[in-house]
Amino acid sequence: MSAQGSLLRGVGATLRRELTLLWRRKSDSLNPLLFLLMVSSLFPLGVSPAPDVLALLSPGIIWVVALLACLLSTESMFRSDFDDGALELMLLNPQPLYFHLLVKVLAHWLLTGIPLALLSPFIALLLNLPSEAIAVLVISLALGTAPLVYIGAIGAALTVGLRRGGVLLSLIVLPLYVPVLIFGADAVKRAAEGAPALGQLAILAAFFMLSFALAPLAASGALKISVDA
Amino acid sequence: MNCQPIELTKGKTLNHPLLQVDNFHCERDDRILFRGVSFALDHGEILQVVGHNGCGKTTLLRSLCGLSSYAVGDVHWRGKSLAEAVSDFRREVLFHGHLPGVKALLTPRENLTWFVDVYCLGVGDIEAALAEVGLFGYEDVPCGSLSAGQLRRVALAKLLLSPATLWVLDEPFTAIDVHGIAMLQSLLQHHLAKGGAVLLTSHQAIDVPEVRSLNLEMFK
Repeated sequence: MSAQGSLLRGVGATLRRELTLLWRRKSDSLNPLLFLLMVSSLFPLGVSPAPDVLALLSPGIIWVVALLACLLSTESMFRSDFDDGALELMLLNPQPLYFHLLVKVLAHWLLTGIPLALLSPFIALLLNLPSEAIAVLVISLALGTAPLVYIGAIGAALTVGLRRGGVLLSLIVLPLYVPVLIFGADAVKRAAEGAPALGQLAILAAFFMLSFALAPLAASGALKISVDA
Repeated sequence: MNCQPIELTKGKTLNHPLLQVDNFHCERDDRILFRGVSFALDHGEILQVVGHNGCGKTTLLRSLCGLSSYAVGDVHWRGKSLAEAVSDFRREVLFHGHLPGVKALLTPRENLTWFVDVYCLGVGDIEAALAEVGLFGYEDVPCGSLSAGQLRRVALAKLLLSPATLWVLDEPFTAIDVHGIAMLQSLLQHHLAKGGAVLLTSHQAIDVPEVRSLNLEMFK
């Protein structure tokens, strides 16, 4: 078999395995969704139930809560692999680690980021987001959760060797989340005001591509350090 | 005591040995665990690394495979330095560590399917391998409900499937029963007879003819 053929086969096997694992551990993928639903529903109670106040705040609220939901799910990304030795097998595999990490994180995004984007229209109704902004909200979350998950993977890879890496993970990852949050929330805000949001979405798309290309490199370096400790 | 490197192979001058390790040393937490460790390993040879707990056996094996950077030295694979031969080395070396590397949520068949697709170019009879390690009938049981010894056996099935020439085994006899030990011994003999090589740590006497041992305590 050609080198590309065997690489495709190996990477496909990793993608299938990660999707199976996430599917069998459903609570891990449901957790961010429940978090988004519950925390968003607290805002009308805690801030104000007035529709115009909610409409003003909702782009920011949805984006901040979705961002925290992503952060919540990243900590477990490499935890079980580290504990049961699957990570060592992954690191020593004869194929380039980059592609295996790319699809491993991709599986994570498909089962956390995409469901968050799909759930967001309901949250938008709950928080009285103007209906013309809903399409932009879904697109911005679908594009924006990928960089969130990939950046989270770098932090998770760096902290997986520590028993209590949760706080450190937030400290590493949150500053890197800020640009994604700014452009994501701004896209929705502009759409809610009836202004074009294509520029912001384009920048989110650029983050999306960049994180696909670069984050697996950083994560593979970080995993090697974590396993070495 | 600073030991001179000992030459463990005899009469191999023309061809390069499979694995040549020179002047390997390890310093950890301001203590020198070993230094000046040199050995060569060729087709059909088995080397058992021995020494008391904490003398650096696992560190030696992990560093050799590239999982750790605590121990450093000159490593040559088929006569080429490890930096040049790293992709050949990855393809031809199988590391079996303390942790089984088996996912509890997947069945033995699913675990090994991934291994075969990533490590063995998709070629391998998983059912036969599982039967040989004594897990016939357990192919589709989630690994989380298997015992510790059975998990080790799932991991050992990788030895049967892998096309690797050199097996690096860290305490392979842990948690397996008498029959399992006999099975593993015959696996080792079969691998050596095929021209493979084995580097292992174990506190157990290995019942394989011509097993050589490397005592790390001599290299303090």
